[in-house]
Amino acid sequence: MYTLIAVLAPLVGSLIAGVARPVIGRHAAIAGSIVFMLVSAGAGILAQLGGVQAPLHIASWISVGSFTPDWTLRQDELSLAMVAMVSLVSMLIHVYSIGYMAHDKTAPRFFAYMSLFTFAMLALVTANNLLQLFFGWEGVGLVSYLLINYWYERPAANAAAIKAFIVNRVGDLAFAVGIALTYFVFGSISFDQIFANVAAQAANGYTLFGTQFPVLEVIAILLFIGAMGKSAQLFLHTWLPDAMEGPTPISALIHAATMVAAGVFMVVRMSPVINAAPVAMEVITVIGGTTAFFAGTVGCVQNDIKRIIAYSTCSQLGYMFLAAGVGAYPVAMFHLINHAFFKALLFLAAGSVIHAMSDEQDIRLMGGLARKLPVTWLMMLFGSLALAGIPPFSGYYSKDAILGAAFLAHTPVALYGWGLGVFTALLTAFYTARVFLLTFHGQCRAPKHVQEHVHESPLVMLVPLLVLGAGALGSGYLLRDNFIGANFAQFWGPSINVAANSPMGALDAVPSWVAMAPLAAGIIGIAIAITFYVLAPALPAALSQQFGGLYRFLLNKWYFDELYDWLLVRPALRLAKFAWRFGDEQVIDGVPNGLATLTTDASTQTVKLQTGSIALYAFIMLIGLLGFLSLFLWVR
Amino acid sequence: MTSLLPILPALLLGLGAMALLIVGVLAKPEPAGFTTWGAIVLLVAAALVSCAAPDTLLFHGLLKTSLFTRFADALVYTAAVAALLLALDYNRKEGIARFEYPILVLLGVLGMVVMISAADLMTLYIGFELQSLALYIAAALARDSVRSTEAGLKYFVLGALASGLLVYGISLVYGFTGTTSFAALAGLLGANIGYGAVIGLVFVIVGLAFKISAAPFHMWTPDVYEGAPTSVTALFGTAPKAAAMALFLSVMTGPFGHLLAQWQMIIEILAIISMALGALAAIGQTNIKRLMAYSSIGHMGYALMGLAAGTEAGIQATLIYVAIYVVMSFGAFACIIAMRRRGQAVEKISDLAGLAAQRPGFAFAMALFMWAMAGIPPLSGFFGKLYVFSAALNAGLVTLVIIGIITSVISAFYYLRVIKVMYFDAGAPDFDAVPASVNFVMAVGAAVTALFILLPAPLITAASAAAKALMG
Repeated sequence: MYTLIAVLAPLVGSLIAGVARPVIGRHAAIAGSIVFMLVSAGAGILAQLGGVQAPLHIASWISVGSFTPDWTLRQDELSLAMVAMVSLVSMLIHVYSIGYMAHDKTAPRFFAYMSLFTFAMLALVTANNLLQLFFGWEGVGLVSYLLINYWYERPAANAAAIKAFIVNRVGDLAFAVGIALTYFVFGSISFDQIFANVAAQAANGYTLFGTQFPVLEVIAILLFIGAMGKSAQLFLHTWLPDAMEGPTPISALIHAATMVAAGVFMVVRMSPVINAAPVAMEVITVIGGTTAFFAGTVGCVQNDIKRIIAYSTCSQLGYMFLAAGVGAYPVAMFHLINHAFFKALLFLAAGSVIHAMSDEQDIRLMGGLARKLPVTWLMMLFGSLALAGIPPFSGYYSKDAILGAAFLAHTPVALYGWGLGVFTALLTAFYTARVFLLTFHGQCRAPKHVQEHVHESPLVMLVPLLVLGAGALGSGYLLRDNFIGANFAQFWGPSINVAANSPMGALDAVPSWVAMAPLAAGIIGIAIAITFYVLAPALPAALSQQFGGLYRFLLNKWYFDELYDWLLVRPALRLAKFAWRFGDEQVIDGVPNGLATLTTDASTQTVKLQTGSIALYAFIMLIGLLGFLSLFLWVR
Repeated sequence: MTSLLPILPALLLGLGAMALLIVGVLAKPEPAGFTTWGAIVLLVAAALVSCAAPDTLLFHGLLKTSLFTRFADALVYTAAVAALLLALDYNRKEGIARFEYPILVLLGVLGMVVMISAADLMTLYIGFELQSLALYIAAALARDSVRSTEAGLKYFVLGALASGLLVYGISLVYGFTGTTSFAALAGLLGANIGYGAVIGLVFVIVGLAFKISAAPFHMWTPDVYEGAPTSVTALFGTAPKAAAMALFLSVMTGPFGHLLAQWQMIIEILAIISMALGALAAIGQTNIKRLMAYSSIGHMGYALMGLAAGTEAGIQATLIYVAIYVVMSFGAFACIIAMRRRGQAVEKISDLAGLAAQRPGFAFAMALFMWAMAGIPPLSGFFGKLYVFSAALNAGLVTLVIIGIITSVISAFYYLRVIKVMYFDAGAPDFDAVPASVNFVMAVGAAVTALFILLPAPLITAASAAAKALMG
């Protein structure tokens, strides 16, 4: 019952803020949204404390033959953990937005979208079948479009929103095909029935492009492509850094609690199927490890504070997939939850900085803010240390566990992921420290009039920061035992299927040099950053001169956008232009326009006959008579 | 009394007209209102009596009453009552409130009733002439207006020509068969078809086609519709069309029923030309009355599709179509009559601009009639088209149906344009207050048009029974 309240309350809040606003006014609309988010967060935590329950059937949806998807809330540990996290983090972001969006004219619309977004995500995580999951999945995609495009007068926001929507469509296509294939193979889209029949399908094949593939591999890879789109993994990652065009709370919501977590969640949710698809797991491992590394390298050279954090999200999601790929799903979930807290914290703290800096986002124009924004400074420090994986902050526990699991899996791909992961830990620590140092320390490089306006954010924005800061500090330590500790199997129960040969059981048996490696990498990264930006500030410029090619390669994000533009966008535009100029204007418009011209011409001619002359009228009648008579005699 | 009952409606109309005429001549001042209400009472009484009349042959087979004639009579009575209600206020404001008009309408209706019940070519012709003569005069009712007198004259000259063609055709048929009785003709023409009788049939068809203004015998229609006072146009658009179409049906399926193979093609061509002309020529019109003239030509084309099918379902479809058309038509004319600015009747389509903002109810009613005439579901006009199209399709007349669909697409343009002008064009019509009688007709028309879909069964079953009675 608590789960139901937690899921539906944001929807009610969204309707109040979105639909009822003209009646109840701006403040009541925002208040409605906030109140229902508080209800949702409370219910979400109560549901988590209440423990696992049987799925709650709400309503039947459609019934077509054997295809009978229901609206059912799944209430196993995986769903409950996600519900609690999503509703809590989203509630904090809602509260923060009161302050952040105080000067925005259409703030109720913003709150309506945010609540709707939360609802879609909650519907996704409580889905009991693939279709309901897809409903939430697409709902998240839709609202993310609306939110990224919240400032719809800005062309950059339009472009970013369209990009997010289209790139997600690519993944969603594969996901939808995967769902259809699942139904085709299993005859059901209900999770319980799919999972129960995985063993029976293990030996079956599926013919694709004339070759026989194991059917579970095909399904798993299709579903994973969907997850790649949603969770911004390599090749489908291009939308995520651009998505920060929306207001900062949105970035926090998209990057932390919702949306991008959906892909990881789905892979974990489908663990019984993924486990039966070893090739797909290797693909997940490789993509995850590579994404972590790729995004880490790009993050090192960016200058926009939100963009750097955005690439860190991409990178951290790569870690989660790396964990899922080696079968350590609980570790992936552990990192997901930790990441939700510290990433929301980082974004909200960044938002606080941007707010203070009169909407400036370039870290080269910041500096020395520590004294002016003490609370934000402290919270940013917490978030940065968590992201960099420094104990006792949460990121340390989960990143360590991920790399340990990858090492223990000991397959060539897992070791590839491990190697990249350790190196990425260095990169992560470096760019996190870089952002932190450039923003808060040294001389302030902002223009004078901006400097004068710098002020600490209001309390309504700081309180959520403090709560999230506590999360970033404590979530790793507090959740570790249950999530990945000795009794993890008891905690997750049947909601996550951990294979017998997964590294989960032996996490504690990691060699000590492996356990120390990420931390060492992190400390080295921080040391490099301190060298670059405190001790020898001339060094970065010199290095970027020295390695100009590499620097530009990284600055341009490995040229992915340019490649896609050349490979996909431009040919598509050319095709569209052809379809428009020829297909639409010439054929589709031309034919009816021609017919219309023909009709009006005919009309003019007919009207001309109507001269008013009675003799002509009589003549036409007689012609008609003669015509009929002739026809008659001729036909006979 | 029983033997008199079938003819009683006609007697009521005829004798009542005479009585009203006497009152009108003697009473001072001119009792136009009294004669109008008197005529309405007589029409209602005649309608009630005719409902009670039994099926029979009268006067040695000159007249015949059946479910079919009662169906057509009911349509004519309804249309005539509506036209009189519309004339009540309009004629007074136009200064043509003469007591003769209702009497002319009564005599015209008498002619129509005789025409509908005709079971002999002679009674057919007498009824035909009686109603024509009454309508010629009605067209020129505004005798001080050049347009009205011109309309009356044009109608009369061309009508005389059509009448001549009709009576010539009748004489040919009589000359080659030796009889004018429908029943006897049916028997004779079934066995042996002479050239002469068939040529006579063509002449008869032309005469009837003129009356329903089917192209190419429609030339009078736009001019007369525009020139005649609008109240008279409203009558022209409804009652005579229904009566003439009923006559068309009974002549074609009765005496000439066995010649289906001969006349089917002519009816098809009539239908095609009418539909095409109705659709095309209306596009260029700026006067709403002329628009309605072309629209009625097109509608008669669609109604003829049912006849062209030549089946019982086709007859039923035509009857349904005509009934629905009559209602849409008097509704639309009620709207046109309500177009009056500072005491002056206006007739331009552009005069309607901005109506929706000022008079939403009026504009919506007009929009309903236009949508219905364009055949857009769920309004009644759609079902009319549906029935004729399906009847024609079942009779294998695929080409006809395709042309019908194309022309209805084209005609949708000008119907929707009227709606566009009312709802989207800027303007301030500032129409005068609509009199109650006109509002009543408009409301009834709109209600029937819009709500037909809820209760179509009475009309459908009645039309089915009428068609069955006609086809035997």
